[in-house]
Amino acid sequence: MEVGKLVELNAAYARVIDNEQFEEWPKLFHDPCLYKVTTVENVAQGLEAGIIYADSRGMLEDRISALRKANIYERQRYRHIVGLPVLLGEKNGVVEAETPFLIVRIMRDGKMDLFATGSYRDKVRADGSGGLRFAERIVVCDGGRFDTLVAIPF
Amino acid sequence: MDTHRDIGVWPENSTARVPYWVYQDEANYKRELERLFAGPTWNFVCLEADIPTKGDYRTNVVGAMPVIVVRDADGRINCFENRCAHRGALIAFDDGGKVDNQFKCIYHAWSYDLSGSLRGIAFERGINGVGGMAKPFDRERFGPRKLRTTTFCGMVFATLSDQTPPIEQYLGTEISGRVKRVLNRPIKVMGRFVQALPNNWKLYVENVKDTYHASLLHLFFGTFRITRLTQGGGVLVSPDGGHHASYTIDKADDRQTTAYRDQGIRTETDYKLADPTLLDTVEEFGDKIQLQILSVFPALILQQIHNCLAVRQVVPLGTDKMEIRWTYFGFADDSPEMTTRRLKQQNLVGPAGFVSMEDGCVGGFVQRGIAAAGDEVSAIEMGGDTTESQATRATEASVRGFWKAYRERMGY
Repeated sequence: MEVGKLVELNAAYARVIDNEQFEEWPKLFHDPCLYKVTTVENVAQGLEAGIIYADSRGMLEDRISALRKANIYERQRYRHIVGLPVLLGEKNGVVEAETPFLIVRIMRDGKMDLFATGSYRDKVRADGSGGLRFAERIVVCDGGRFDTLVAIPF
Repeated sequence: MDTHRDIGVWPENSTARVPYWVYQDEANYKRELERLFAGPTWNFVCLEADIPTKGDYRTNVVGAMPVIVVRDADGRINCFENRCAHRGALIAFDDGGKVDNQFKCIYHAWSYDLSGSLRGIAFERGINGVGGMAKPFDRERFGPRKLRTTTFCGMVFATLSDQTPPIEQYLGTEISGRVKRVLNRPIKVMGRFVQALPNNWKLYVENVKDTYHASLLHLFFGTFRITRLTQGGGVLVSPDGGHHASYTIDKADDRQTTAYRDQGIRTETDYKLADPTLLDTVEEFGDKIQLQILSVFPALILQQIHNCLAVRQVVPLGTDKMEIRWTYFGFADDSPEMTTRRLKQQNLVGPAGFVSMEDGCVGGFVQRGIAAAGDEVSAIEMGGDTTESQATRATEASVRGFWKAYRERMGY
């Protein structure tokens, strides 16, 4: 698999979130899948829990419908800066890759914060039409401290 | 705004009135650290499962005081101030880990045994008889303070006071029983997360005790009948007011009620989950209680929301900052299916929780809303102005209970 294809997938991922096209986000995953937001510390200690955990595309869709319709929070946006992926291996058409990210949170009043940094630990494979999707995306945050709330996925 | 008011004077002698300066005043905050956290209270410091074997330790805080909690060679759990006798540096500076027989301060290599007693002073006798410590050095006088510890159902608490009663007496029979109900066998830690909140610590504790808000603020609760005021349930408040346990029991006839729609509340919608396995719950405590939120004065919460279990330690960080230290857990004998169920239901809580995320911002809304209202008061009179246990959750009895215990201990 070419690194360029992975870069395109990551760019599309960041773009749909930052442009608030949230309904497009679950479509970048296979179904079933695994999406989890956790921390370096939890991973190091073998602790499984995440602040977000989804093992189906439906659960990803529920994240989006909740942030659109159910949850209440102050208006905010993200800006993702996604680094270059490192290919760690490929087996049976599944590529393992790791990509660093940085997320700036922009609040309604214009306040900008460095909200999260970390690495995406991914398993990626092509769908029926040859497009790449995530079979697994584990978002491993460098810090274990989250400010106020996390409504929008990382 | 009257800037000459006296701190410590309650404007009206009622547990249903709380002045907003309690969330803003620096002198009041210092008094809380002294009288509540360093006073005769039990402060959660870790779970026994965090430090299962000899030398395992965690660091934490009791109010403003950094502490080390460690299991010693006899299996006892000791807690002492994380401050070197020499120059005051932190003795341990990681969240936790394992030591052999001692902690050693990195600054000048002074060492402490697992009870927190100073054992070794590097070059105490100098070199070739020159230099070294003056004699005699009073190790007890300068050593880190030792806290009394107690364990209850796998939770470890510490206190700086000789006056704090035994834990079950401290909690009262009813609340102790509700702790035992959940923590009925060995647990396993599943994850730890910290949530930083832009508000006074008491606003979060009140929110946890506030049974009235849950299904009104959190659409997720009402819509999926995780908790609704029209279901069965109630709130238990300890005799001193400080501790509480609220609970929800599902009732079939709740599905027919139009009470929420009649009130025009946003919880009554046709909102649906694409993947309802999130709420695939099993009854694991054998008593139909599907939600129980319990607080231990001043700053611990034990939570059972369906099969999602956690403790939340509330850490004050000044008048307008705090953090919640979440520890998600299951039981040591959980099957793989149960583990997956808990992992899914953990979506309900924590910084990104479908339910809890609103609790993350609502305290900040109050903190900002009251910016110019230090001399005004809030009205907390749902369910009257008393603090006894009630068989309804359309009440603020347990919030008033908090203020009853608070005023008593703060001397207000």
